[in-house]
Amino acid sequence: MAVRRLAADQPTTFAFSADNRAWAGREIAKYPEGRAASAVIALLWRVQEQEGWVSEPAIRVVAEMLDMPRIRVLEVATFYTMFQLQPVGRVAHVQVCGTTPCWLRGANDLKDVCRQRIHGDQHALSEDGRFSWEEVECLGACVNAPMIQIGADTFEDLDRGSFEAILDALADGRPVTPGPQTERMRAAPAGGLTSLLEVPEADTATEELPPTGSGDRPAGALDAPRGDADDLKKISGVGPKLEGILNDLGIFHYDQIAGWSPDTVAWVDEHLKFKGRIDREDWIGQAKVLAAGGETDFSRRASADSETD
Amino acid sequence: MLSDRDRIFTNLYGQGDWGLEGAMARGAWDDTKALIDKGGDWIIEQMKASGLRGRGGAGFPTGLKWSFMPKESDGRPHYLVVNADESEPGTCKDREIMRHDPHLLIEGCVVAGFAMGAHTAFIYVRGEFIRERENLQAAVDQAYEAGLLGKNTKYGWDFDVIVHHGAGAYICGEETALLESLEGKKGMPRMKPPFPASVGVYGCPTTVNNVESIAVAPTILRRGAAWFAGLGRENNTGTKLFCVSGHVEQPCTVEEEMGITLRELIDRHCGGVRGGWDNLLAVIPGGASVPLIPASQCNDLNMDFDSLKELKSGLGTAAVIVMDKSTDIVRAISRLSYFYKHESCGQCTPCREGTGWMWRVLERMADGRAEKHEIDMLLNVTYQVEGHTICALGDAAAWPVQGLIRHFRGEIERRIDARLLGEPVMEAAE
Repeated sequence: MAVRRLAADQPTTFAFSADNRAWAGREIAKYPEGRAASAVIALLWRVQEQEGWVSEPAIRVVAEMLDMPRIRVLEVATFYTMFQLQPVGRVAHVQVCGTTPCWLRGANDLKDVCRQRIHGDQHALSEDGRFSWEEVECLGACVNAPMIQIGADTFEDLDRGSFEAILDALADGRPVTPGPQTERMRAAPAGGLTSLLEVPEADTATEELPPTGSGDRPAGALDAPRGDADDLKKISGVGPKLEGILNDLGIFHYDQIAGWSPDTVAWVDEHLKFKGRIDREDWIGQAKVLAAGGETDFSRRASADSETD
Repeated sequence: MLSDRDRIFTNLYGQGDWGLEGAMARGAWDDTKALIDKGGDWIIEQMKASGLRGRGGAGFPTGLKWSFMPKESDGRPHYLVVNADESEPGTCKDREIMRHDPHLLIEGCVVAGFAMGAHTAFIYVRGEFIRERENLQAAVDQAYEAGLLGKNTKYGWDFDVIVHHGAGAYICGEETALLESLEGKKGMPRMKPPFPASVGVYGCPTTVNNVESIAVAPTILRRGAAWFAGLGRENNTGTKLFCVSGHVEQPCTVEEEMGITLRELIDRHCGGVRGGWDNLLAVIPGGASVPLIPASQCNDLNMDFDSLKELKSGLGTAAVIVMDKSTDIVRAISRLSYFYKHESCGQCTPCREGTGWMWRVLERMADGRAEKHEIDMLLNVTYQVEGHTICALGDAAAWPVQGLIRHFRGEIERRIDARLLGEPVMEAAE
């Protein structure tokens, strides 16, 4: 268990702001009558949002508001590890996830950065009092490891460089963008979607792919299909959206893809930011089978699906 | 591969609008009244027939759990409590539901709550999920405004959803600790019996379910139990959110069919193991609490409850932590032992003392600073912790260590030998 004690130096008083006091009343009202204690975590959290940490006088005030014995509120404040029991950095308190999934992907590097740039010890203030840090247990963003949390926001898919850039920005008062710090859509695979390709695409999906009307075209591109275009969606990894993009690039037929040279694959891959999908899914192999009039496992399933609709 | 048509979480990556309008366009809240009109017994029967097993780790059949609630109220209100205290290392699926498709969860609360005679649901969100909680609360507010929550709802059952939060305590994912926390106390698990279905939050009949279990319910009821039961295999049905982390090229969360092979999951969605399949050392297949599985058992491994149980591991939360051959496996498990030491609530002595003891011994073993007889002593201690505590955290702390010794005893011995011979202790397996 985590052993946590109140700080030696305590302020003499605590008071909620008028807004926060009104908010606390509404929060207590969410619970059944006589169950005001249910709001204790929410109120202590609001203390921390207001003051940066939870002091002993604040514990007394919350106990009074909820009609709880002080010792019960003290128990809660010391039990739950998100409550900071001593002052934290004015600009940022950095929580570095150190549990195994983040550790496997470089959390120790992030801890090193904290030691070098903030303080050798956790929970200690940096010299200018603007930063502090601690190692925390799994923050629940494991597919975006390694990651940190500052205040309400998480910063994910970090490495030493991108983490230092965030600290630099915070130190200079520049804005930072939460979420993955690489070109990646939240918890989706970094190389592009491998599922949900058929569902109606929405606005943000368009950010994933650059416009293709640059006039720059891959080798063997056609201005129009020879007769009817082939159904490129029969290639595993190509959905309606990618089919449209390929058509825009002048790719309409299986035999065009089957004939792609390594250079063309590289060009398309780079141009569409597929990050290796063409090779990974073996588009060329699939296209060769389909161009010869054959079926792949995927195309058989795709046809069966569309017939049952 | 699971067809997109069979996916329940169609806004998993937040490609579209997470709000009410977007959710309705994706099919949520579509004639909820028709489901309610069929009655609570029908809902519970459908859930049983679907074969859905709880998605929070233990895999208890969801429909059966709902049926444990008293049929008639004895005057005490009934409560549904949703466990959104997602903290099992490796697991980050409920996060995606709450921030990208919260209405699936809210509608699930309505049908589940109705089936068990509850007019109120509490959703207990882990404290760190602040943005997720904001989205969820905003979605709840939208539902109230649209007459989908509150009094005189469109489907004729008064229902309130209260979003509650914690403040950093893994133990609150244990259902009775969660109830204690919800009542404003330290999150220390309760003795069972009485079970929550008779004495839960505020002393009232309560059912606690995982976010994913509740969020899939409306889709199961709309598309039919047979559709869900037709995916996967008997006793391991349906679709499942998998979170693949660690040493894969492209870690991700993805919805797949229950029973997909580990290799297809990793190769198709995650770009393969870093350095290729042959570079795999081991996986932890279901979140930190389940024993690891060595690479030799990973070929043709089906990812479902029963297949993993046969290998003395478990599907848990379906959080797959992949470790390649560069991994210091002893330290990887030691770091998990530290996690359990940190998160033990301290109520039961075997867990409070045992978790720290196991961690300290493993740290020595990672450096080779141990004696070989201590390996058996460590194993023995894990059996003294396992099964001797009020809740399963003691078991969860013991199992990863047991898995390490079962499959990598030779690696621990090699380090001890190297230390004795004065050779450098190479920490990676290669």
